[in-house]
Amino acid sequence: MMMRKFLPAAVVILAMGFAAPAFAEDPVMVEISIKDHKFDPAVVDVPAGKEIKLIVKNLDATPEEFESTELNREKIIGGGRQGIFYLDPLKAGTYPFFGEFNQATAQGKLIAK
Amino acid sequence: MLATLIIVFREVIEAALVLSIVAAATKGVAGRHKWLVLGVLGGIAGAALVAIFAGAISDSLEGAGQEVFNASVLFVAVIMLAWHNVWMSSHGRELAAEMKAVGHDVSVGTRPLYAVAIVVGMAILREGSEVVLFLYGIASGGVGASGLLLGGVIGVAAGAALGFALYFGLLNLSTRHLFSVTSWLILLLAAGMAAQGANFLTQADILPSLGRAVWDTSWLLTESSLVGQLLHTLIGYTARPSGIQIAFYVGTIVLIGGAMKLYGDARAQPKPGNHAPRPIA
Repeated sequence: MMMRKFLPAAVVILAMGFAAPAFAEDPVMVEISIKDHKFDPAVVDVPAGKEIKLIVKNLDATPEEFESTELNREKIIGGGRQGIFYLDPLKAGTYPFFGEFNQATAQGKLIAK
Repeated sequence: MLATLIIVFREVIEAALVLSIVAAATKGVAGRHKWLVLGVLGGIAGAALVAIFAGAISDSLEGAGQEVFNASVLFVAVIMLAWHNVWMSSHGRELAAEMKAVGHDVSVGTRPLYAVAIVVGMAILREGSEVVLFLYGIASGGVGASGLLLGGVIGVAAGAALGFALYFGLLNLSTRHLFSVTSWLILLLAAGMAAQGANFLTQADILPSLGRAVWDTSWLLTESSLVGQLLHTLIGYTARPSGIQIAFYVGTIVLIGGAMKLYGDARAQPKPGNHAPRPIA
């Protein structure tokens, strides 16, 4: 039973490893900080069509909820902590995000090109 | 103060809508108040605990703890809603008939009222812990305590008012319609929660997204608008659903709807004897 489930996946992974190393690329790392309830940088250029690992570091002492309906992500990041988001490849476009607990100041966007 | 009011209101309405729907769905059942109050109090206590341990929860499971926790809370609520609906589909008719005959609350010993309490508790726990964290953040940011308190209180009151409006609106329905309308509401509520849970597991990198945004109706209605948020809570509206969200949404409706049909049909025979007994699978 286990084999039936995992064999195809294993074959695919092996095939990717041997035939097309380009697919096995690590995700593009993007790092954003939150300081004084603002994102830094607030506008981030990211490559379109690539997996992204987004790290959001909250340098404030208070919690923030990182949220983006465009990216379909929401997560509370405690004061002095960080949150990690894995994003599937994005189409070219603008993807706004905000800090729900401080919406007046915490606004930013990813621009996929 | 206004910012506090709005955010608290937005968190509270989700829990308030869930509470009002299950409260309406259990109309006429003796002992339900006790269970509903238990669910509310348990949810508030749980929310405080979750807020206190938010950091530890987030850091667990290699940083995916918050997502797995949220998904678990949602899936527990989905199972309880499913159970409630399946139970109602087999007992709803006799319950409605009995209520009509005696004209007051009926006690149905086997009714899974704790399922209702758990649903309410889970909804309050999830939304409430966010409110606590948010208010804590504001409070330590030096905003005057009175403005914070006032905004919070008005936000809770406004959210509760919306919940009451839905509750009393539902109670205006006749008993027979009430049960079928609340069954539908609960079915869609459960499907929306399942989809949301699946999205948390995608965010945690546990489930594949199966397509990041299968369609996009944000030009029509965004989830950040009030109407969009209400629909998000009530029927799981998502402007840009991923493939896995759609799969969980449809799967939940099929599974719960199928179970309701199966048990509803099996028990809905007026009296044994008049019909040939149905084989029970």
